[in-house]
Amino acid sequence: MARNITYREAINEALTQEMERDDTVIVMGEDNAGGAGAPGEDDAWGGVLGVTKGLYHKFPGRVLDTPISESAFIGAAVGAATAGLRPVAELMFVDFMGVCFDQIYNQAAKFRYMFGGKAVTPVVIRTMYGAGLRAAAQHSQCLYPLFTHIPGLKVVLPATPYDAKGLLTQAIRDNDPVIFFEHKALYDMSGPVPEESYALPFGEANVVREGADVTIVTLGRMVHTSLSAAAELAASDGVQCEVIDLRTTSPLDADTVLESVEATGRLVVVDEAHPRCSIATDISALVAQRAFGALRAPIEMVTAPHTPVPFSTALEDIFIPDAQRIANAVKTVTGWNP
Amino acid sequence: MTDTVERKSLTREDLLDVYRTMRTIREFEERVHAEFATGDIPGFVHLYAGEEASAAGVCSNLDDRDTIASTHRGHGHCIARGVDVAEMMAEIYGRKTGSCHGKGGSMHIADLSKGMLGANGIVGGGPPLICGTALAAKIKGTGGVSVAFFGDGGSNQGTTLESMNLASVWNLPAIFVAENNGYAETTSSTWSVASDNIADRAAGFGMPGVIVDGFDFFAAHEAAREAIARAREGGGPTLIEMKFTRYFGHFEGDQQTYRADEVARARAEFDCLKRFADRVTETGELSRADLDAVDAEVATLIDAAVADAKAAPLPTEADLLTDVYVRY
Repeated sequence: MARNITYREAINEALTQEMERDDTVIVMGEDNAGGAGAPGEDDAWGGVLGVTKGLYHKFPGRVLDTPISESAFIGAAVGAATAGLRPVAELMFVDFMGVCFDQIYNQAAKFRYMFGGKAVTPVVIRTMYGAGLRAAAQHSQCLYPLFTHIPGLKVVLPATPYDAKGLLTQAIRDNDPVIFFEHKALYDMSGPVPEESYALPFGEANVVREGADVTIVTLGRMVHTSLSAAAELAASDGVQCEVIDLRTTSPLDADTVLESVEATGRLVVVDEAHPRCSIATDISALVAQRAFGALRAPIEMVTAPHTPVPFSTALEDIFIPDAQRIANAVKTVTGWNP
Repeated sequence: MTDTVERKSLTREDLLDVYRTMRTIREFEERVHAEFATGDIPGFVHLYAGEEASAAGVCSNLDDRDTIASTHRGHGHCIARGVDVAEMMAEIYGRKTGSCHGKGGSMHIADLSKGMLGANGIVGGGPPLICGTALAAKIKGTGGVSVAFFGDGGSNQGTTLESMNLASVWNLPAIFVAENNGYAETTSSTWSVASDNIADRAAGFGMPGVIVDGFDFFAAHEAAREAIARAREGGGPTLIEMKFTRYFGHFEGDQQTYRADEVARARAEFDCLKRFADRVTETGELSRADLDAVDAEVATLIDAAVADAKAAPLPTEADLLTDVYVRY
């Protein structure tokens, strides 16, 4: 039975159902219960955005507050994963990867290969990303291209409450290290989510809008911005955009992207991250290499600029790609005249 | 130097095992040193000779429930944990028959089935990981203990300090073994460690800190025995600092211009194998013949390991792309 719940509640529900199903699943992070050692509530916060609220009392001993020591506790989650647990660690903001990245990319990501296939490291690192909350340069980055670059990691970016629940369930059951990106501007978004547990497979993009004229490949929060642009273009210009939500950047569903571009002959990639060495460039390279003959116009990329995320409302609003920029890019590819 | 530590609960068989472990490490490392000089061994190799009493002293207190994490100088920890010596040698030669099928090398030898979570190419990489294995043991109630070995260089990494704090905060069955061999690469620990002793830092993390003569197996064994017993009973973590000298350079090829004659002196006066042998033969627990028999057995084992490694097949192109993921 589906009912409308928020992205935040969908994540909490996936955690709850997986913790009920499998007692090796544990949760840890800064303030994940909240209030450890303080004289008030034992479950005061549930993480800074309340995503893990309520788990502490349901699962005694399995929801751990941590000191602000990302290297130690992200590493502990990785170590515990090699020893039979399925830890879900919360790296509050992905910007904080700078203080613990070694444990992710040199340790968790490499154990299986480096140890000759003898290690299994089923750890999930949940982390918040993205601009839009006036959180400035050190609390607003995307950074998923950095993780996507690393063999051994899986990288997941749900755009809706439905995907958040199904992809997190899969992440917890998956036997490889998964970095699970939650966009901070999506937590309050509501959408239909089944009550029962379900897992969505990795490496399967979602065609969220069908269209014959232009392929828009996007992910995360930009799925919604792209859908707005597509709706406006259909109404104003009669241009039909096909919008593809990648859902996971590693593994990547190349086939869905290529099939769509083969049909439309035009590609716009929309990515909230910076433009260099990004998902936008990755998808552009993929299509240029494997669907060159189908292209009827040069590929357009709509991304944030190559700058840190600015603080001022006036600047951040133009930093984040918006529907107008996407529409302009679509008009560029549809209007291309060699 | 006299031994001052009273021994407990080591049978004749235990003593033979310990001697075999330490002799195997020494023979392995001396042999890798010699073979490296011929140019047959690729990559970076860091040798543990001189430090055997630490690995043997700690690991002789561990069992199947326990996990260790090691360092770039990891061969001794692997051997003390029971990792197959022939597979280790094959790994160092980059062979398909190696512990990691030739994909890890000297700095990444691991055998999770033996509770050995890997040598580690990152200084300070291991301590966070053993907080996790200790947490798993605690949550599952196995009674298992986890040990992080790190050097004097690793003692200055934030990961190590964060992990000691976390281990105390979570009251984990975790042991932190600082192997202070005097140098982080070429830089003296008397300069790089701001406190007089690494063990002094334990006070800042609310755990006991113990300083051990790292050339004395019995001192190392006893300090680890006490710490491990306390951890198994829920008494939390301990920091143990082993003080000694490594016999070889930071890596094979290091000319060691940063130090003078201390290695010759250590080998002559403090050597852990010599001291162990003197003590157990003086007490009559083992005879010289017992020890000679182990020496011969170990020499044969290492000869065979080297010969087998040299003859073993290399990985093939088909191996390049496997084992990145469990399922992708």
